[in-house]
Amino acid sequence: MTFSRRSLLKMTAASVTLSVAMPSFAQAIDELVIAYNVNLPSWDPTVGPSAVNPTIQGIYQSVFDQFILQEPDLSPAPGLLTDWGWNEDRTQVWMDVREGVKWHDGSDFTAEDVAWSLARAADPATGNPIQFVWGTLANHRVEGNRVIADVQQFDPTIFKWMYFLTGYVLPKAYYERVGADGFEAAPIGTGPYMVEQYERNAFVRLRANPDYWNGVPEFESVTIRFVTDAASRVAEVESGRSHVTLEIPYEEYDRLRERSGLAGVAAPVSDIAMIFFNDIDVMLDENVRRAAVYAVDKQLIIDRLLSGYGVAISTLETPEYAAYDPSIEVPYDPDLARELLAESGYSSDNPVRFTIQTTRGFKPKDYEMIQAIVGMWRRVGIEAEIEVYEVARHYELRAADQLAPAAFYNWGNSVGDPTTSTGFAMFGPSPHSVWDSPDLIEKIAPLWAEPDEETRIQGWKDVSRYIAEHAYVLPLLQYVQPILHASGVNVVPHASGALLPHLMTRA
Amino acid sequence: MFLRRLLSRIATTLVTLFGVAVIVFAVIRIVPGDPVAMMLPPGATEADIARLQAFYGLDKSIPEQFFIWLGGVVQGDFGTSITTRQPVLGLVLSRLPATLELSVMALVIAVALGGLVALTGTRLRYTRTEGALDVANGMALSVPDFLWGLVLILLFGVLWPVFTISGRVSPNLAPEFATSFFLFESVVRLRFDLWLDLVQHMLMPALALAIPLAAIIGQLLKQSLKETMHLDYVTLARTKGYSENHVILREALRNAVLPTLTLIGVQFTFLIGGTVIIERLFSYEGLGNMAIDAVINRDLPLIQGIVLLFALLFTMVNLAVDLLYAVLNPRLRHA
Repeated sequence: MTFSRRSLLKMTAASVTLSVAMPSFAQAIDELVIAYNVNLPSWDPTVGPSAVNPTIQGIYQSVFDQFILQEPDLSPAPGLLTDWGWNEDRTQVWMDVREGVKWHDGSDFTAEDVAWSLARAADPATGNPIQFVWGTLANHRVEGNRVIADVQQFDPTIFKWMYFLTGYVLPKAYYERVGADGFEAAPIGTGPYMVEQYERNAFVRLRANPDYWNGVPEFESVTIRFVTDAASRVAEVESGRSHVTLEIPYEEYDRLRERSGLAGVAAPVSDIAMIFFNDIDVMLDENVRRAAVYAVDKQLIIDRLLSGYGVAISTLETPEYAAYDPSIEVPYDPDLARELLAESGYSSDNPVRFTIQTTRGFKPKDYEMIQAIVGMWRRVGIEAEIEVYEVARHYELRAADQLAPAAFYNWGNSVGDPTTSTGFAMFGPSPHSVWDSPDLIEKIAPLWAEPDEETRIQGWKDVSRYIAEHAYVLPLLQYVQPILHASGVNVVPHASGALLPHLMTRA
Repeated sequence: MFLRRLLSRIATTLVTLFGVAVIVFAVIRIVPGDPVAMMLPPGATEADIARLQAFYGLDKSIPEQFFIWLGGVVQGDFGTSITTRQPVLGLVLSRLPATLELSVMALVIAVALGGLVALTGTRLRYTRTEGALDVANGMALSVPDFLWGLVLILLFGVLWPVFTISGRVSPNLAPEFATSFFLFESVVRLRFDLWLDLVQHMLMPALALAIPLAAIIGQLLKQSLKETMHLDYVTLARTKGYSENHVILREALRNAVLPTLTLIGVQFTFLIGGTVIIERLFSYEGLGNMAIDAVINRDLPLIQGIVLLFALLFTMVNLAVDLLYAVLNPRLRHA
């Protein structure tokens, strides 16, 4: 969700004028129309930037199935793979493939498709951005209805990636016959909807897959319009031209869901807001870090800036994640923050100074949140200077380990595994981590290959507690996604943030 | 003389385009934002980054990348889009007609509205109507096109929903077009249902683009007309007993229109530039909308292709206006 000064101006003007508008929403919905917030640049869900764009996954998952199904609460469930696991010494993985599934062209889905999709994802020549994960498996082969692969490097999360980014099953025979361009022009999958018509930058029309193995979707016809401007999305739903939209400002959501004929659902998603601390300058002082954490009233930020839509967090794990530990709590305690700073010789008269970097408009109220935090810090003796940058610059600086002592970021983790949240964010050798102290590296390193799931999850909980005690990062909040829809539609929110038309029904 | 002028302008255009190519190529590589860094999820190693950079040809030096790209451009290969994995030239050419149709419709509306305001203002000069038109003109000019777009959405999209808010054509009507000039093709095919649908989609964005330009045209043309109305040949026409309407339309307008024509040429290029925001607001599937996506995704080859095409468009429009001006202006025509 991107809000610039221009878009805010537009939203304000829209609010004033729209407050007198009241179109009718009473008609029964034959063709479901969704005003989507991003364009779909490419149909191959395993290659290019769109393959790792979380917002687009809802469209991909309407057409293609992932290896493993993910329920709305992020838990895995049998999908095209009905069962999976490792052999005893963890040198092989095995996957049982569902029978009786058809591709959209009517041909049979087979275990060959699964083996080929895994091998293709692992091939560096295809340009799959997650190839480094899929490359941990090799020598994929089919034995009856089972796919077997050799483990090159044990990764306890490999099956979780099978319902995460690029974890899609594509049609081997069809793809080999039509090639990449043919597939782009006429994509087929095994998913709940078939692509009927696609106009780049405009819309995609989907028709329900009558043979869908997991039940035929209720809406036979769905049009997804790509409406990237938030004000236009609001107008689309308010005028009754679209039935569902997402990523609109919380204020607009609150105003519109009260309207007759409109409703809303706002549920927590797997994205979190956080502030990275870099192990440089004053951040090497633990008192400063801990003071910076204790001085922030997260609930106040949620209530005042996000209209109450958010969940305060104390670790990088949200309640939906596998390694969430509710017993780890870092309370708001400005007095303790002052004491800690005093121990290091800082006070309101002699504040500790550092720079904090943030995006502006990349996420809802990101800059405003940082402004509020800087204000809270100032009251305890921290004087932070705000530096605004684009998110692209953040990625560059983070990869080069050149971020400022503090840097705002949002982290997505739609599989809910601790490796893809705390792990990648806090493990020093990863080019995407920021805090690189040896003590933390030592604690995290053994967990990457821990084969026992219970031990592994407990290990990550211990790491989260250690991080919280030493304030190596400042977790802020879990985002809530507002979905506005006509009251004639029931929308089931997915904790990954994906908007899935096949989960929608008539009210 | 005319041919020399034409050849000179073409040579200038080529140099301009080369300059634009160099600047765009350098600037988008200097500004922050590595497409590979944006694409890679956490957990990727330095080797993974290097692998993807090599995959997209970003591992070479900037001069090397430039000359590879330029060599391709000369042969009609603008590279491959990182996000869509389609050839850039095909993508850009498939969207250009949408933007051209929108811009031309906006221009037609602007000329019609602006001309009407200027002629009415001149005919009723020194009356309250002229004052009211000046006020309306000032308002039209002081509000930016994207805000006009929003006002139009609220008025004709929500409050009185007669026009469509987003897109270029209704999904249930969109047929297999042979060209990307949908509006033109719908007329040729005698598909007036389609034509009406396309106009319904296009009218609001075109109007949003046209209103500020109409105000400029109206202001300048009226000023020019009023000055012309004091010239001797106009006074002579009046003395001959011609009506005021005849004097304005037949005598004064021909001379007064020349400065406006130059202005329209210059403003048309700005109007094409303005489509970037307006297309985004109305989710209109043109070049501008595609440009914003390309910038967000740091799709370097696509950004280069779009900017180069915009530059080509601008220079071509300016060239066309220059030539038209030379044809219409007797002093230049006989020079």
